[in-house]
Amino acid sequence: QDIDDVGHKYYLELELEDVLDKGRTVNCTAEVLYHLGSQSTAPEVQVTVQGELSSTEEADKEFYNRIRSLEKELVAENIPDSHGNVPSELEPIHLLAWAASGYVIWQNSTENTKFHLAQVKHMKQVKRSDEDLQFDYVLLLHEMVSQEVIPWELTVLWHPRRGARV
Amino acid sequence: ANMKLIFIFSALIGASLCLETFVGHQVLRIKTKNEEEVKQLQLLESLEHLELDFWINPSAPALPVDVRIPAASVQSVKAFLESQGIEYSILIEDLQDVLDKEKEDMAESAQRQRSSSFDFGAYHTLDDINSELDHLASEYSFVEKIQIGESYEKRPLYVLKFSTGGSNRPAIWLDAGIHSREWVTQASALWIANKIASDYGTDASITSLLDKMDLFLLPVANPDGFVYTHTSNRMWRKTRSKIPGSICVGVDPNRNWDAGFGGPGASNKPCSDSYHGPSANSEVEVRSVVDFIKNHGNFKAFLTLHSYSQLLMYPYGYKCTRPDDYAELESLGRAAANSIRSLYGTTFQVGTICKTIYQASGGSIDWSYDNGIKYSFAFELRDTGRYGFLLPANQIIPAARETWLGLKKIMEHVRD
Repeated sequence: QDIDDVGHKYYLELELEDVLDKGRTVNCTAEVLYHLGSQSTAPEVQVTVQGELSSTEEADKEFYNRIRSLEKELVAENIPDSHGNVPSELEPIHLLAWAASGYVIWQNSTENTKFHLAQVKHMKQVKRSDEDLQFDYVLLLHEMVSQEVIPWELTVLWHPRRGARV
Repeated sequence: ANMKLIFIFSALIGASLCLETFVGHQVLRIKTKNEEEVKQLQLLESLEHLELDFWINPSAPALPVDVRIPAASVQSVKAFLESQGIEYSILIEDLQDVLDKEKEDMAESAQRQRSSSFDFGAYHTLDDINSELDHLASEYSFVEKIQIGESYEKRPLYVLKFSTGGSNRPAIWLDAGIHSREWVTQASALWIANKIASDYGTDASITSLLDKMDLFLLPVANPDGFVYTHTSNRMWRKTRSKIPGSICVGVDPNRNWDAGFGGPGASNKPCSDSYHGPSANSEVEVRSVVDFIKNHGNFKAFLTLHSYSQLLMYPYGYKCTRPDDYAELESLGRAAANSIRSLYGTTFQVGTICKTIYQASGGSIDWSYDNGIKYSFAFELRDTGRYGFLLPANQIIPAARETWLGLKKIMEHVRD
């Protein structure tokens, strides 16, 4: 829908699939408004999820406790590696990067871009005195139209109850 | 009480045979709770005629004791432990089973080493790939390795020619790895080469195809870039040519063909990943293919593999209008996509480059189509973004298998 003097609005029907439990899907609808001419504001998004997303409470707690109990700050690079492998203990780091990249992609998308997370180039955990976990990432984002692979630095705070913040 | 029980063991063991196998032998893990129990086990250990084989000897209460027990004594040793209230668990129910399985595994592995030196389900270096091309050429009389040129850094551009005879038969072109980071394409090309070679003579379709036509397969169209993805930057896409006046290196080889060259969908900035280069065919990797195909003069199909996105596309990319053969190409594309889907349910979208992916000028299949090769298709293989370029190796063979079905569909149509 073209909205004069405002921008282009898209109405979407989507099916979400749980990456960790394929076959489990949830429907949702979304409205995305790309503002006219503006390269610097993110598109406005409204999403309605029809149904429930499964609880990850246990896995979250286990991950949280595992990281908190580490003596040395966790450091990792190249996730997945050149051959597509991700060691199982780094899978949550990968998934968290995935979620964080979603935010970055949203903030930087226009009608002429198509981003995917290509790789977690580097990750460093930073211990904090408060309850959050902090991960400093360098992500490689692949932009389909220009074919560029762009490195992006981001800091992600995460807590089982409070979720992720970029 | 202990002595009586041990006496019983001895009597039983006295009847045991000289064992050559380990049939019925069990390995127990015994968890002692105190010094007293450790002493009991040490006593047991001292009875040589029981022929108990301690893998971990009793020493301290905190440490487990592992012991192999010959078949005949198993029941009595267990009875003894139970009567003393000593806890144990069974580590190995029948040791001979374990040994038999191990022997099998080793034989299988040795067999695999002998019959095929190339693991098609793994990613390989350029050198390993070139060795395998030599291997295929030497193993099959109708397969020949030819060199059609050299890369910028002077690496040979090797093509496998599949020909069962004739003279300049109508031919099919297939290339992979023009964009070096798209590793599943070079890997799939190798699997496909092996598949075609080994199935000739047994598979009716391949046999009739090669009896009528020749196939030319270029598995690594951009060897310089490929080596660079191994040694320096896994995400490298372009060639490695030096660009005069720029610190940046490389040209996007799929923007360098003489088809709408320099138009929309390609960059004129050397540092861009879609830089079209100073002029059409400036890249030796592209020029070599162009010259080869032109000199041959009898190509009927031009097929090229890329990743990722799961798309099956035909011209045009440099303009957003339909090619003259739109109807036939669309229908053939759909048929090929259906074949692909039939194997694992992988869906490929079909359409012109411009409509399906984006407008992109200077692409290879636009050039081939405008030069009279009607059946020009570009594939984008798995996946759709979850792993992208870093597709796990365990997906190579499934990707190659399904892609092959699509390619076969197209080739059969060209043949007929």
